[in-house]
Amino acid sequence: MAKKTSKASGRAGGTTSGRASTKARDVATLDKLRTLADNVAKRAFKGVDPSLEIPTRSRSNTIWDKKRRILQMGGSTQERQLFNLNQAKQFMQTMLHASTIKDLIEADKTSSLRGVFYKAKHTVAGTKENTFDRQEESDPILEDLEVSLGSLREELHIFAESRGGLIGNLTIIDKGDEIDCRRLGSSGLQVPSIVEPDVIQFKKCEADFVLHVEKGTVWNRFNEDRFWEKNNCILTHGAGQPPRGVRRLLQRFNQELKLPIICLLDCDPWGHYIYSVIKQGSISLAFESTRLAIPEAKFLGIRAKDYDECDLPDAVKIDLTDTDIKRAKEIAAYPWFESHKGWQREIDRLLKNGFKMEVEAMIVKDISYVTETYVPERLRAKDWLE
Amino acid sequence: MTMAAAARPKRAKTKSGGTKKARADAASTDDARVKGDAPEGTRATAESMAAKQRDISVSEFFAKNRHLLGFDNPRKALLTTVKEAVDNSLDACEEAGILPEISVIIEDLEPSRPASAKSGKYRVTIVDNGPGIVRKQVEHIFGRLLYGSKFHRLKMSRGQQGIGISAAGMYGLLTTGRPMVIHTKPKGGQPAHHIELAMNTKTNRAEVTVDVETDDFPPARFATLTPGTRTLASRGEFLSEGTHATGTSVSIELEGRYQRGRGSVDEFLELTAIANPHARIVFVPPSKVSASEDDDASLLETRGRGKNTAKESEASGDEAARTPPTIAGGFSAAKTEEYEGAFVFPRGVEELPPETKEIQPHPKGVELGILLQMLKDAEQERDSYTLYNFLQDKFSRVSPSAAGDLCKSIGLSSRARVSDVDHAKAEKLFKVLQDAKLPPPPTDCLAPIGVRQMLAGMLKGVRAEFYAASSRNAEVYRGRPFLIEAAIAYGGSLAKDDSCRVIRFANRVPLLFQQSACSSFKAVAETNWKNYDLQQPRGAVPVGPLVVMIHMASVWVPFTSESKEAIADYDEIRKEMKLALMECGRKLGTYLRKRAKMRREGERRDVFERYIGEIAQAIEAINGTDAKELYDVLLAQAKSKTAVADQVLDDEGRVVRDAGAGFDDDDGVIVVDDSLADSARVTPPSASDDSESKPVAKGTKRRASAGESDEGLFGESPAPKRRTVKKVLKKKASR
Repeated sequence: MAKKTSKASGRAGGTTSGRASTKARDVATLDKLRTLADNVAKRAFKGVDPSLEIPTRSRSNTIWDKKRRILQMGGSTQERQLFNLNQAKQFMQTMLHASTIKDLIEADKTSSLRGVFYKAKHTVAGTKENTFDRQEESDPILEDLEVSLGSLREELHIFAESRGGLIGNLTIIDKGDEIDCRRLGSSGLQVPSIVEPDVIQFKKCEADFVLHVEKGTVWNRFNEDRFWEKNNCILTHGAGQPPRGVRRLLQRFNQELKLPIICLLDCDPWGHYIYSVIKQGSISLAFESTRLAIPEAKFLGIRAKDYDECDLPDAVKIDLTDTDIKRAKEIAAYPWFESHKGWQREIDRLLKNGFKMEVEAMIVKDISYVTETYVPERLRAKDWLE
Repeated sequence: MTMAAAARPKRAKTKSGGTKKARADAASTDDARVKGDAPEGTRATAESMAAKQRDISVSEFFAKNRHLLGFDNPRKALLTTVKEAVDNSLDACEEAGILPEISVIIEDLEPSRPASAKSGKYRVTIVDNGPGIVRKQVEHIFGRLLYGSKFHRLKMSRGQQGIGISAAGMYGLLTTGRPMVIHTKPKGGQPAHHIELAMNTKTNRAEVTVDVETDDFPPARFATLTPGTRTLASRGEFLSEGTHATGTSVSIELEGRYQRGRGSVDEFLELTAIANPHARIVFVPPSKVSASEDDDASLLETRGRGKNTAKESEASGDEAARTPPTIAGGFSAAKTEEYEGAFVFPRGVEELPPETKEIQPHPKGVELGILLQMLKDAEQERDSYTLYNFLQDKFSRVSPSAAGDLCKSIGLSSRARVSDVDHAKAEKLFKVLQDAKLPPPPTDCLAPIGVRQMLAGMLKGVRAEFYAASSRNAEVYRGRPFLIEAAIAYGGSLAKDDSCRVIRFANRVPLLFQQSACSSFKAVAETNWKNYDLQQPRGAVPVGPLVVMIHMASVWVPFTSESKEAIADYDEIRKEMKLALMECGRKLGTYLRKRAKMRREGERRDVFERYIGEIAQAIEAINGTDAKELYDVLLAQAKSKTAVADQVLDDEGRVVRDAGAGFDDDDGVIVVDDSLADSARVTPPSASDDSESKPVAKGTKRRASAGESDEGLFGESPAPKRRTVKKVLKKKASR
């Protein structure tokens, strides 16, 4: 423990400052944390094994909600016990992080995942052992706390590294500052990890749709060609697998501004997976699917048929590896793809082709082929997969 | 088969000579022409060959093949000489009912030779307090090969063939030209005989060069040999006339090499002391020790053991290097007395091993040829000898009714005479004997070392944390009763990464060479030690901090050669060895699992205790619960958790009453408790490091035959010991 907190400051819920809504939310979170600690202490004094109830974040506890067309977390939970050799350390880590979060909320500060890791990291008294050795140990514990408290990450005052970019016909307000997303030059706006309405509000939007591309490099191509201006849209990227901030923002675009979300991803199982995550949610974040998943998202390309249709040279081909093939078959078996004829055909075609294609590969036709020909044509033709 | 091997040279030669001659006679007329064609004088003729064909004396044979008797090299020759003499002395003392008092004195006769010399002249003298030897037998016993009292009988003894001591004398004569000097005093109060004799290898007879009477017994000159002997002699503890009313002293001068370590005189005497706690042995080593690393290393039974050899001596403790007779970690300081230039292995037990009886052969072990010979002998002995009586008299375990049945089953009445048994009937009798339902041979002819003695021996000799021993019931191979005993020592200061060390005994005699050829070694390798949580490379002995002791007691130990270095590989023997080892192994396995469990529990509690502090503080920070109170509550919970686990679980699913005392129903186990505490310790090591190693014995099986001699070794009866164990363990559990 870094510091011993006295009893007086222990009941410090009222001292938080900030806007009323935030304050109310923080008070609720602190209450949850206190309940968590109370339960452990109560059990200890009663002579019962201290344990924590943590909803299971695993494939087996992920349910495909057919009606809402998103992945959701099931009801099964795991017990984390102090007096279990395999769980004792995690138990201790969970309690440490709970206390760290309480400090953050009381100080009305936010911290990165790494920051929280460092805050809770120290040697266990009387030993040479660290409470945490690597951040990889710390992050899942925080996710455990999110699900067991039923609080969002931002409610715990924790953020992830900003990742992903945005530019387009839109004006937003971020923590009170107005940002004109049309005037962001070549770099665009870095999407913060917390994009909840209390942080980011949409002031004015003229865009007709959102084009989400996989990587920053592709995004740069589109930005340089002023694609968003010419096609009146918002242009985003997720630097690969999109982080929560980007996914949440896309969902808000979709739900609040009613913009279609159109994805331009690589023609390989990884691209398909990214689409699947944007659309249905992921296993590890199934508890947040209602906030993150966009069942209406569309997959524009690259399509397996494009090699023939666009008359691409052989240079674009990258052979599928065994892992790719295995992965593709797994994806084809996802419940939401399994019954989708278009997707079955798409993956079949990919496997039949025996090669994958990246968006950047389109450059072999022409530097701006993808921005000026490929995407506009497909959009006009509404040639996409849903 | 030693018997046949020993007799072979003589018989085989005569036979082959005979056939050659017969062939030559038959062919002589036909071959005359052919012979005539050959140039005269360049080719051997049957006649010229016949002139060269003659008897070979057994002494000549062994003089040429001395490696068969253990005289391969100077170092081993020295050891073999000591070994043969000590074996004879112990046998003689035990047979005469005298507690053995044996002195081994090795004098360096060339102390000024360069250190690099491979060998030197030594005089080995062994003095015992045995019954002595009557004058007329001296030449035969010391001067003839294959002469002795032990060959023709079935009785458990160290010597068997009557080769050993005379071979040593022969070796001495060959290498130094000096005769053997024997002082023997068969009757107290009368002068001793001083005899010097040299063996004539041609005739296998001794030639006496000096034969006088002397009052110098025990020889007085040794008393002043070293400061140590002077000290001992002044106290009357070395070659005193009081203890040597009768006795024999043998001095042999020989080319030898004195070195310490594996396969040395030191090791031999130490192991002998372990297996013969009733003997007191004084050892006066030569003043000079030969440098160790040289070609002799190859003779130290390194085959199949590789790096082991070096590590073992290391494992046996550093003091081994300094004080010769404490090789395997040494007797505890109280046990071995060291003086300047003399070592005393004191007597641990004041009673002799129970006297063993001589037995008749068991019918199942008899071969057809031997049966025929026995029938013939019986016929000559008494013309009217009936088969019915013959079977009862000449074999063990044939009751009158069994004898009657046997007679009937070969179609003869019980009154039939031995002379009525023709060859066909004899063959039939032989078959019937093999199938007959007869009790196994009597076992009172065997004197096991005993479980407690083995444990005591191991405890003294090896610094380990766990000891187990087991003594099997007697079994039979080829009609000869034998009995296997095994003991193991595990852990403690033994080296962890080496193959285990196997120490072997046959009729209480340590076997130091030819380990890999020995049945016992094979039995160790064949036993599946993995079952007992030990590592074991395929087809090899286990690896780990382990010493295995195997003892075979038998009326006739089947050695692979005359030098008696390895036990021959009979299925029955190996099976018994494996069973004995498995008994020990099971105890070890139980112990190791228990220890591992205690360690796990210790770790568990440790883990819990470590984290509880963190948790208490985190909770105080969140909701203001008093961290100290919470910590205490959680700590109490952690302790009860692990304590409960200690009790509830057992490998067999039984409830363990108190931790570590799971051997309540087992026999022959000693656990040195501080090592056990070590393994389960929760607190930092410094806390209990000062505790003295306290050996404790638990409910040990007492063999009827060895029962009385138990007390001396432990000084206490087993019952209070057991309480000590429990107390110790309880204290630990409450920590």
